[in-house]
Amino acid sequence: MLHIKCPHCGMRSQNEFSYGGDASIKRPELNKEISDQDWDNFVYNRKSLRGKHWELWQHLSGCRQWIKVERDTSTHEIFNTLKANEDISS
Amino acid sequence: MSQGFRLKDVGLINRDKKISFKFNERIYYGYEGDTLASALIANGVHLVGRSFKYHRPRGFFGVGVDEPYAVVQLYRNGETEPNIKATEQELFEGLEAKSVNCWPSVNFDIGAINNFLKIFLPAGFYYKTFMWPKSFWYRVYEPFIRKAAGLGVASIKHDKERYEHKYEYCDLLIAGSGPSGLAAAYTAAKNGAKVILAEDKPRFGGSLLTSEVNIGNQSGKDWAEGIITELKEMPNVIVKNRSQIFGYYDHNMLVMSEKISDHLPKTKKYHPNKKLWYIRAKEVLISSGSIERPIVFGNNDTPGVMLSSAAKEYLKVYGVLVGKNPLVFTNNDSGYETAIEFKKNGVDPVVLDSRKNPESEIIDEAKNLGIKIRFSHVVVAAQGYKKVKSADISSISEDKKRLGKIENIKCDCICVSGFWTPTIHLASQSGNKTKFNEDIDAFVPGISKQNETTLGAANGVFSLEETLKTSFEAGNDLSKKITEKEYKVSVPKVVEKKSSQHDKFWCVPLPKGKNYKRFLDFQNDVAVSDIEIALREGYRSIEHVKRYTTLGMATDQGKTSNLNGLQLVSNIENKVVPAVGHTTFRPPYTPVSIGAIVGREVGKHSKPTRKSPMHFWHEKNNAVFVDAGVWLRPRYYKKGNETLFEASKREAKNVRTNVGVCDVTTLGKIDIKGRDAAEFLNRVYTNAWLKLPIGKARYGVMLREDGIVMDDGTTTRISKNHYHMTTTTAQAANVLSHLEYYLQVVWPELNVNVISTTEQWAGAAIAGPKSRDLLQKLFPKNDVSNKGLPFMGYLDGDLFGIKARIFRISFSGELAYEVNVESDNGIFMWQKIMEIGKEFEIQPYGTEALSTLRIEMGHVAGSELDGRTIPYDNSLEGLLSKKKDFIGKRSLSKNAFVAEDRQKIVGVVPIDKKTNIPEGSHLVKDPNAQLPNIKLGYISASCWSVEFDNPFSLAIIKNGKNMIGQKLFAMSPLKNKIIPVEIVSSHYVDPNGERVRS
Repeated sequence: MLHIKCPHCGMRSQNEFSYGGDASIKRPELNKEISDQDWDNFVYNRKSLRGKHWELWQHLSGCRQWIKVERDTSTHEIFNTLKANEDISS
Repeated sequence: MSQGFRLKDVGLINRDKKISFKFNERIYYGYEGDTLASALIANGVHLVGRSFKYHRPRGFFGVGVDEPYAVVQLYRNGETEPNIKATEQELFEGLEAKSVNCWPSVNFDIGAINNFLKIFLPAGFYYKTFMWPKSFWYRVYEPFIRKAAGLGVASIKHDKERYEHKYEYCDLLIAGSGPSGLAAAYTAAKNGAKVILAEDKPRFGGSLLTSEVNIGNQSGKDWAEGIITELKEMPNVIVKNRSQIFGYYDHNMLVMSEKISDHLPKTKKYHPNKKLWYIRAKEVLISSGSIERPIVFGNNDTPGVMLSSAAKEYLKVYGVLVGKNPLVFTNNDSGYETAIEFKKNGVDPVVLDSRKNPESEIIDEAKNLGIKIRFSHVVVAAQGYKKVKSADISSISEDKKRLGKIENIKCDCICVSGFWTPTIHLASQSGNKTKFNEDIDAFVPGISKQNETTLGAANGVFSLEETLKTSFEAGNDLSKKITEKEYKVSVPKVVEKKSSQHDKFWCVPLPKGKNYKRFLDFQNDVAVSDIEIALREGYRSIEHVKRYTTLGMATDQGKTSNLNGLQLVSNIENKVVPAVGHTTFRPPYTPVSIGAIVGREVGKHSKPTRKSPMHFWHEKNNAVFVDAGVWLRPRYYKKGNETLFEASKREAKNVRTNVGVCDVTTLGKIDIKGRDAAEFLNRVYTNAWLKLPIGKARYGVMLREDGIVMDDGTTTRISKNHYHMTTTTAQAANVLSHLEYYLQVVWPELNVNVISTTEQWAGAAIAGPKSRDLLQKLFPKNDVSNKGLPFMGYLDGDLFGIKARIFRISFSGELAYEVNVESDNGIFMWQKIMEIGKEFEIQPYGTEALSTLRIEMGHVAGSELDGRTIPYDNSLEGLLSKKKDFIGKRSLSKNAFVAEDRQKIVGVVPIDKKTNIPEGSHLVKDPNAQLPNIKLGYISASCWSVEFDNPFSLAIIKNGKNMIGQKLFAMSPLKNKIIPVEIVSSHYVDPNGERVRS
């Protein structure tokens, strides 16, 4: 079971969280033209990366905040966690 | 029966407490502190079971978790548990056990015929032979094999025992209480670290209980006792016996199973049977020791052949002789320790040592005691069927390929030692890259992946002095990093005998003309010849060889067989062992009770059953309940002998003619507040929300980004920046998470807060033509006229001094209202409604009537919004705003979603107006068409229309907009029904929606 540092609550066990997918995906802006291909990329197409990966988790049975977690998908090592409004690149 | 193999005054058992137990229906006696195995051996019982495949007689081979043979069916306090290792099961008064895998009895076993047919049962036999004809596999072969093979039988009764889970955090978790575990725990505890020390056996001390060593001028056993006593008194230390750490998982989390009641006749009141510990440790010290490995020789599975270390432990811990005429067969010094113990207790052993002329202190001691030793000698084969009677022995050449003249000597047991295999399971499970150590012919931990350190014999260190030194150090170094304290402990002086090099010899060649079975894996009957077949047939990878032959599988997971199997494969393949590699070690290390894993997650999974505040009223009024997600809801209120069908019809009819009341507390409710609440709703819902006036409700549909309908419900504007959203009962949690996602991740700039208020409000839906008259009497101070409270209106009501929210919304299609009060006032509201409603002939209605009412109105619910339909499919396209963007809008222009013949909801009526159409039926043009018959659509919901008094269903059907008036067939192969039907509008009753506005 992973041990995830919630930026709001501290170290918590994985069973308090739910997984939310790739954190690097940005929702296209509202009311803006977008090609079918770009929309499909947003809705469906995901890379199944091996290695370091930023992903979203929600601290569902805790503070209910969505957070960003940098995890290695093959070793499960967690390098960093951020609040939802913090930028990955920073 | 007397305990004829019990020694006087030897061992750690409590001779003051005699215990009676039953094995295979016979009564025996043992002592407190015995295991089932030691007590049976004390009584001279060596035949305990039959082997898995050939049904050969099986005895005892080990003394603990490594035991491959002695698994029994255990009976305790009216319960039964299969596959219990007799070597681990502690004796208690009244224990009952039976042999497994033998019929009709262990002494006369019909399955043993397989033993004489074994030439036909080599590796892969089942795969090859029973493949044809194919249909026979399921009908004949498999059921027969399953009956003939296998071990114990699981109980199918409900388990009355209680199992608990516990979460724990510590600085150092130490697995195993042998010398290394004790030393490391001691220094770490002294440094102030939070330590958990776990021991799988009842007694602490590991190898110190049986070895003749001296630590700090005390015997090893006394030193261990002193350390344990001191540790137990320290507040920062948890010491647990009967606790097996069986799995090492990610992020340094380990799981331990603590047996709390298995050694007692009956679980104590309020005690669990087992406790599963989830332990998150900063550092893990693995001091799991080593397991002796056998030397392979002919008929080496005969009862009476056992590990030499096991024989020693039976003697020293339990005061039991495994035989009175023992033969010790060894390739290293360990065998001599066992021989010396026999000799000291008045039994004359013979030692066969495969080495030519080894020299060491312990061999000298054996010689001085007058023990007969024959160097360069081996056991060729054990003789005897149900018990060893003699052994064929021979000298062996230095290259270990040629045997000398065979000689038969009498013996009643053969104690075998093929050197030691470190127990590296936990280290390997953690991701440690193990390496092969040539000096000890075994794998040891290599580079750690997680924070784990392996000490002592588990790390291939067999010298006590070195073990203690490194373990004191490791405990100190790791703990001082955490506590930043250091308490110097000096390493005590150790006196032990130095060992000489073991012989790299593990398998005795077959003598000419003999075809003895030489077993590698005793639990699964895997012999040397089976591995040879597997390799001959082209299996190369050790993982494949394992699966083809079953080497190392089953309840002992090859603790005594894996390395010898690897040796054999590498010999045949002319490779070195590390090139062959070992199979993956996976948790659990030992079998774990399913009950312990499940814990309290039984029945309703320890989740509370949610009941509305009016639940007890429903109970009193003959409600029949139904599970609705986590809630219990009244399905119908039974009057007299009514059936579900009759009751729901009566309730629904009463709504259409008078007035009914339904408990709608379970609907999801979300409170939405903030400056940007309107803008947020406008993005979440498909219709327009910016201009909803205060005091008005609106129906809304929300989509996922892929255009599929996620949920629907009404949302009411309570005040300028305050909204009350309702969701379906089932989707409440998902919708909240969905809203939180958009607010926190996608549009954090919106100033909006959302919180679930589902449990804060009790809700009652009042529906029917007389509902307004009732409402006016309930709220005399409020104006609830059509003008004062129009359709989709909202007002704050005063229910006899109690604050209420009144919404004029309708799910039934009738003139209807929903009243919400704070949960604590729910029962007051309900009683008032029933009391005042009497004059309007009010009746409560359940979910079945609720469904009927919504279906005949064509209102969609969960069975249509099933995660596969878009708004158009549900005739909700009128709610799609063309002017604004919303979640999922872009997906709706997909080709499939705008296709001319896109599926759409319709109504379905049987032509005969009598036959109910089963939900899930397929709609087809021709019921006799060739298969596969093309499905046009499916029935999503069915009811008996109370308005028209005939069956009515909703369906989602291809090209639905052009299907009205068509005559089709509803087919249900499940219910074996073909029903001619007509397609009609989904709005069967009041298609123009006049009633709700009346």
